[in-house]
Amino acid sequence: MLDRRAPDNFEWRFVLVATSLLAIGVLSIYSIAPGPTPEGRTPLYAKQLLWILIGTVAFLAALAVDYHTLARHAYVLYAVTLLVLALVLIMGKSSRGAQRWFSLGPIAVQPSEVAKLMLVIVLAKYFANVQRAGWVQRVILPGLLTLPGILLILKQPDLGTAMSFTFIFVSMVLVSGLHAKALGLGILFTSMLFPFAWELAWSSLHDYQRERIMTFWDPMTDPAGKGYHALQSRIAIGAGGLLGKGLDEATQSRLKFLPEGHTDFVFAVFAEQWGFLGVLLLFGLFAALIYLASEIAVKARDPLGLLLAAGILSTLGFCLMVNVGMTMGVFPIVGIPLPLMSYGGTATITSMAALGLLLNVKRRRVTRFY
Amino acid sequence: MKTFTTQHEDFKNLQRRLLYLRLGLLLGLLLLSMRLWYLQVVKGPYYRELSEQNRIRTVDLKPTRGLIFDRHGSLLANNVPSFNLYLTVEDIRDRDGLAAALEDLLGLPRAETHKRLVLQARSYLPILVKSGLTLREAALIESHRLDLPGLRIQAESQRNYPHGGLGGHLLGYVGEVSPEQQHEPALTDLPQGSIVGKAGIEKTYDRVIQGLAGEKTVEVDARGNEQATVAVTEQTPGDDLYLSLDLRLQETAETLLGGEAGAVVALDATNGDVLALVSHPTFDPNSLSRGLTASAWEQIATDPRHPLTNRAVQGQYPPGSTFKIMVAAAALESDKWSSNTKVHCAGAFPFGKHVFKDWKKGGHGVMGMEQALINSCDVYFYNIGQRLGIDAIAETARAFGLGQPTGIDLPSERVGIVPSTEWKQRVRKEPWYAGETISVAIGQGYVTVTPLQMAVATAAVANGGILYKPRLVRAIRERATGRLQDVPPQDRGTLPLQDRTLVLLQESLHGVVTRGTGGRARSTMVEIAGKTGTAQTVSARAIPVGATPEAIPKSFRDHAWFVAYAPADDPKIAVAVIVENSGHGGTFAAPIAKALIENYLKDTDARPQSPGQF
Repeated sequence: MLDRRAPDNFEWRFVLVATSLLAIGVLSIYSIAPGPTPEGRTPLYAKQLLWILIGTVAFLAALAVDYHTLARHAYVLYAVTLLVLALVLIMGKSSRGAQRWFSLGPIAVQPSEVAKLMLVIVLAKYFANVQRAGWVQRVILPGLLTLPGILLILKQPDLGTAMSFTFIFVSMVLVSGLHAKALGLGILFTSMLFPFAWELAWSSLHDYQRERIMTFWDPMTDPAGKGYHALQSRIAIGAGGLLGKGLDEATQSRLKFLPEGHTDFVFAVFAEQWGFLGVLLLFGLFAALIYLASEIAVKARDPLGLLLAAGILSTLGFCLMVNVGMTMGVFPIVGIPLPLMSYGGTATITSMAALGLLLNVKRRRVTRFY
Repeated sequence: MKTFTTQHEDFKNLQRRLLYLRLGLLLGLLLLSMRLWYLQVVKGPYYRELSEQNRIRTVDLKPTRGLIFDRHGSLLANNVPSFNLYLTVEDIRDRDGLAAALEDLLGLPRAETHKRLVLQARSYLPILVKSGLTLREAALIESHRLDLPGLRIQAESQRNYPHGGLGGHLLGYVGEVSPEQQHEPALTDLPQGSIVGKAGIEKTYDRVIQGLAGEKTVEVDARGNEQATVAVTEQTPGDDLYLSLDLRLQETAETLLGGEAGAVVALDATNGDVLALVSHPTFDPNSLSRGLTASAWEQIATDPRHPLTNRAVQGQYPPGSTFKIMVAAAALESDKWSSNTKVHCAGAFPFGKHVFKDWKKGGHGVMGMEQALINSCDVYFYNIGQRLGIDAIAETARAFGLGQPTGIDLPSERVGIVPSTEWKQRVRKEPWYAGETISVAIGQGYVTVTPLQMAVATAAVANGGILYKPRLVRAIRERATGRLQDVPPQDRGTLPLQDRTLVLLQESLHGVVTRGTGGRARSTMVEIAGKTGTAQTVSARAIPVGATPEAIPKSFRDHAWFVAYAPADDPKIAVAVIVENSGHGGTFAAPIAKALIENYLKDTDARPQSPGQF
């Protein structure tokens, strides 16, 4: 049921920005690992190109199907998502102390990445249809919808994605219409609860998560150990200076002093290579993406479209802020990839599908029926 | 209170809230940009410096130590390739795992590894964990390399002494410069882990044979693997030393001393060249240079026989009757005595309440100076001591170089004691008692000397009175230019003796061997002159009366001395021999001196030296 006028509403600027970010991501991955992996497998950048190819299919698919159709099945989709999250705890592949992946032959799928998008869809659907204005309908019920996901993801454990879940929920509640007074009350209430919640949260954290948060405050306490990531990342970014060190001279990245340069710390790689001016350009691209996405949301024809777009926007924005923040040492290191740039199959494909969904909202906005 | 809006009543409201979200996100980007400005522009140089420190590592290029040869060009010390294991603390990820792996693979105790890791001051400089790895050990470490970041095997040169313990005290040994040593002014500029001489010539000539370390700046990756070379300053090898030592004579001397503790010094009487310098028991400089475990070191350091002490220059013994040479000289130079002064020896010399005995029961009868030296008559010298007084004896003894360093190029030379009234007042805070002079007159009491001092003094008597500084190094070959630089012999002055005194001493010493106490040094090959000495280690009263020599506990027995030179009419070699706790000098030390002299003179006749032969 493609719309005839769809091509006119296709957002070329948006696609251009997104493609640029994907390309920069591939270039950064290529720059630190141009050859086959140490195990002799396909080079990472080539695999990332493959993910982008699959992602393009996901993008087109998300664009093609009317988001209303998607929303109609939101609860089923979300239920399946929760089921998969439960399954990954039972059957998933364990790696580095966390059970986050499904092994499908040579590739590993990370269901929690997909779950973020599914949460956005189900919450958008819920808030679009909710009639009554009360705490129960507006906070408690959607909260109960979100909570199982958070708990299942915390169990893996994946602090970063659980935080994304929480943020998606909070931003959806806010956007869907929590008054300023109620927000203030909520904040007051939360801050009163905070000492207890903190105690609870802190004791439920794994040792390595606590250490990460501790070393976040002062990476120099253990520069070779727990604070190593944080410190090396700061060094990489700082060493980039105003103009960057270029691809060959970016020694922090090239000589692997910066760990995880292709995934969570891809921003630090870019910052070392391209410097302050280069990062400003990158931020410009992200800002454009945020601007265009919010434009789409604002101009959505119905609350469902708007909420869907807002959810995708806040997911994207949150991951961007936290990832960049943690590489620069303003957030603790939690495993959140940089959208569209970090290496990773599931994350890349899901992000591209989310962008497809965004454009989907835009191209349907003219056919307004009510 | 109206808490929630309904979306249908104001869709516009929803859109407004969305714009706040957009604003919030863009503001977030702005804040991150400010942080970025701080990191990259404000602190950029600082972080760039840190990144350089990550990437750049300086590797010291150790210079090869100079070679050491004997006077005939035989190799005494060289360098052989060795696999050494190094550890860079900064690159270690798992200290316990590493310590465990080192114990499994190489048998290094965990505790020792941990201790080294703690002691390490600068974490980015590699420290030596083990030297001289076998090929098998090196292969084992290499195969575990990826699991053990920070470990590196380097093929380096290891100091090697082809003749093992032969001349060990003289050559010394080498080792890594210790943290305490690095504060010594001469060693402050050496890189950590440098190999320096710890004893012997290796120590005194360290600056010459050390060479200059080079430096290689390399780029490393996060695992410490070398990626590229940034800059190189080549190392300069150390200069070679050509010793005056005669390896064959040294070997002969060590064999002659056998299992006894003691020392043998042989000098070229004409210029002070050290031909042999033996101290027993000895040690193998190879094992010391390769790094001992703490327990092995403890064992050597606490050995009651003190194998590390170089007895030839550090052993301070009572000279016994060899000191009569100096006392005789003092008497002949004084106006209170002459060569013709006769003394009747009845075997005892009463002094105050005490009776000083002669070594020969019943005495030697009436005799003059020459005969007294030949027979080593104690009573004759008791009389001299009583007549001259301690200060006249001390003055002459010092003129012979006793009580002061010979100046040999070996570390920690001791000087012994030449007692005098001034000395006793200064050191003991007591006046000198006349009775004490009587003991000193026969080389007992407070007087002590080193074997090297006695050899130098004997050489001076032999060569007509020139007191030489013992010369260990005859020449140095500069590696840079290939030029051979001679080190000329140095004398420290002339004995203040009249010719007739010297002649009488020389004739008397010749007589000691031909018809006196040194008969066992008599050679059919060459005329030898010498003087016996028997240094008491404990008071004679401690030994039961009438005990046979074998019944006396070894440590109570006397030290046997013999000083000698030959040929008597044209001296070429001067020798001092001491055999600890053996007995009479004429019995135990004289045969060693004789064999050594014969060996040397036979040797030099067969192999004439030319100055250019090295």
